[in-house]
Amino acid sequence: MSKKALAGPYLVWMIGFTLIPLALVFYYGLTDASGAFTLENILAITSEERIGALWRSLKLSLFSTAACLLLAYPLAMILKGMSVSKNSFVVFVFILPMWMNFLLRTMAWQTLLDKNGVINSILGFFGLPGQNLINTQGAIVFGMVYNFLPFMVLPIYNALTKIGNDTIEAARDLGAGSLKTFTRIILPLSLPGIISGITMVFVPSLTTFVISDLLGGGMVLLIGNVIEQEFTFASNWNLGSGMSLVLMVFILISMAAFARYDKDGEGAAF
Amino acid sequence: MKKLWKRCYLALILIFLYAPIATLMVLSFNSSKFMSKWTGFSLKWYRQLFESPLILSALKNTLLIAVLSALISTVIGTLACIGISRMKKVPRTVFMGINNIPMLNAEIVTGVSLMLVFIATGMTLGFQTILIGHITFNIPYVVLSVMPKLKQTQKSTYEAALDLGATPLYAFFKVVFPDLLPGILSGFLMAFTMSLDDFIITHFVKGAGINTLSTLIYSEVRKGVRPSLYALSTIMFLAVFLLLVLANLPKKNRGGNS
Amino acid sequence: MSQPLINLIDISKSYDGSTILDELNLSVRENEFVTLLGPSGCGKTTTLRILGGFETPDKGRVLFDGRDITKMPPNRRMLNTVFQKYALFTHMNVADNIAFGLQIKKKSGNYIKDKIKYALKLVNLEGFEKRSVSSLSGGQQQRIAIARAIVNEPKVLLLDEPLGAMDLKLRQDMQYELIRLKNELGITFLYVTHDQEEALTMSDTIVVMNQGYIQQMGTPEEIYNEPQNAFVADFIGDSNIIDGCMIRDELVEILGAKFACVDKGFGCNKPVDVVIRPEDVDLIGPEEGTLSGVVSHIIFKGVHYEMEVMAGGFEWLVHSTDCFPVGTRVGIHVDPFDIQIMNKPESEDEEAIGTDE
Repeated sequence: MSKKALAGPYLVWMIGFTLIPLALVFYYGLTDASGAFTLENILAITSEERIGALWRSLKLSLFSTAACLLLAYPLAMILKGMSVSKNSFVVFVFILPMWMNFLLRTMAWQTLLDKNGVINSILGFFGLPGQNLINTQGAIVFGMVYNFLPFMVLPIYNALTKIGNDTIEAARDLGAGSLKTFTRIILPLSLPGIISGITMVFVPSLTTFVISDLLGGGMVLLIGNVIEQEFTFASNWNLGSGMSLVLMVFILISMAAFARYDKDGEGAAF
Repeated sequence: MKKLWKRCYLALILIFLYAPIATLMVLSFNSSKFMSKWTGFSLKWYRQLFESPLILSALKNTLLIAVLSALISTVIGTLACIGISRMKKVPRTVFMGINNIPMLNAEIVTGVSLMLVFIATGMTLGFQTILIGHITFNIPYVVLSVMPKLKQTQKSTYEAALDLGATPLYAFFKVVFPDLLPGILSGFLMAFTMSLDDFIITHFVKGAGINTLSTLIYSEVRKGVRPSLYALSTIMFLAVFLLLVLANLPKKNRGGNS
Repeated sequence: MSQPLINLIDISKSYDGSTILDELNLSVRENEFVTLLGPSGCGKTTTLRILGGFETPDKGRVLFDGRDITKMPPNRRMLNTVFQKYALFTHMNVADNIAFGLQIKKKSGNYIKDKIKYALKLVNLEGFEKRSVSSLSGGQQQRIAIARAIVNEPKVLLLDEPLGAMDLKLRQDMQYELIRLKNELGITFLYVTHDQEEALTMSDTIVVMNQGYIQQMGTPEEIYNEPQNAFVADFIGDSNIIDGCMIRDELVEILGAKFACVDKGFGCNKPVDVVIRPEDVDLIGPEEGTLSGVVSHIIFKGVHYEMEVMAGGFEWLVHSTDCFPVGTRVGIHVDPFDIQIMNKPESEDEEAIGTDE
């Protein structure tokens, strides 16, 4: 028996529970209730409410991705600068919060961001005016950054640790100062990590319905909420699938970017 | 000076990550049911936790699904890695590409697509569909943590074992497997953690009448989550924290000696 | 003699309490090919890294052309390094790698283009501009690394075991290549290796190092023919190192027999180390030799036979073009000028045999 056959169960599983289900989304998305071909479910995105939700989702997820990148890159640089024996510490620190339920953690920000919450108390202590933090789009971006920051930090950190010390020394040796070494060597070499980080933050931000539920107080509708409602309340699978297909266009774009930089096929962060 | 800035930045990020956790821990001892008011120290939520069949059954489901899905996905994923590593470049790329789909696809799409397939094939939504869903999104994590280890294990060590008279099976368990073990373990842990923390996919494939902790919490969001759930999360978090600290302690000592 | 280009003065360096370099002094003249030779952990790479600016010495000064550059960062030094594992920039093609240093110095596009062409010609890789670095073989990558360094016209090129990762044949080709390059460029090469053959082939001056000390410095001939202590003798080439006793000037007793030699000034009845190279041991008739013994091993090596001869209770290593089968009784003769007398080391610190390769 060939060793290749050991991948058999995997193949069966992935076909049965990844590829076929996706095909089914396509089927439902492109048919009406009677099973006839239609583009209506896709064109339904143009309704004012839905296109607004999509637009909002794109905007908020771009903000949260940018914020994650800006926060994570310096952080990953600092972590790389720490000694190697702390490697497991890094993963440890960023995975550990997942052991407290993600819904509860996000809800806890309600308390912290509340009008009478901790953050406003601190602001008040310094004599600053209280801010209306909860139930805003800003709160949702905040929640996205909070939940997805580790997915940006870990791939960038991994990419940075792969850059050999001698490569950096070679750049210095050839006359590059700290800034040039960063822009010409470190940044381009960490690009694969940045790209996979962006993918891993952008896609869940774009498609979330939970964070907007919890921190938007039900007032901010995202494309994820639209899809969720079609499947759970309205039970209109065709429309829900159609919306999913629209969403998948954006997911595929970021997947393509990911694949382009994932040369060794090692996938993402872990 | 530069070092001080770095430390401050690191500290701020850690506060950002752990502030809500600390908040929940504090609130689990709050005698008020409301999140925004502290009315005094109390252990009543911890008591109520063990008197609530709803919470206890959700806990049981969560843990059972996490263990089973992590185990099954570890077996399937590890076998797949061995198989894939023997393949030529093109099929290998295809397999690894498929592997990226559940990882990179939106959870909501994975969730609804699984729900559609379960309903289309007439499966009753319940425990088994949650389990299948979790295995599906866990396998890629296992593959990604085992695959790099398999690349490191040089083919020559396996061949050396065969050369010294080992049967292929013996050579695998004596030579290849020990090298893979760290990857397999971290894959298992990753899968377990992901399963435990999942809400979105479970939300779509769970059906009525069954809850994991995540879905139970979600169902209570509107009317206010029972602080007993904070208490439970606090217990779970601290348990894992202690376990991981203990598991890491001897390693750190060894690192210090070398 | 011209003023030295590089002067290392009393350089000390230690990591985590273990001393790597201890008050090292070294000067290198312009246009010299100097090799730092020694076993791993002897401090040769650290010396190079201090020169490159990647390490700061705990103590001592680095002078370059008379200027103190001890604290100068690497990007401002007038020297370039060829790294052991090449350290090419994998996200750039060959031309961009070579252009890197020149772009930083803001040279014009045409100048850079000409320089790339010239450098690639120099390392025999014409037309490789657009190739990706990862598509090159080890030898080619190393040539690119050299090209990348020399386009900056450094006064000194530092080479850290640049041939370490190559196979024997390629290594030999590259040795000639490096000698040619050095002659064409007319600059100073400071070369680090643990390979004695590499050092003997290429260098004008060899610096033998062990445990943070310089053991001996000299031309390849001096190092090979007149090793100053047992470590150098043992590390460079094969040798018979025998305990002996200097009876008086020009006469030494080894293994109970008296050998004439040319060394003077060691005093009378003084214990010494005696070094005799295996090719300097002449095997003659058993009755005619200073010592007599029996051949115990013989291996054909191509150019010569390598034999072990048991004589006077010592196993002599002998190279000879004549074949003496195992069991042959032979006499041992050594010409006086082939005997090298060395003082016994005064402290263990100063000299330690044992090459921890």
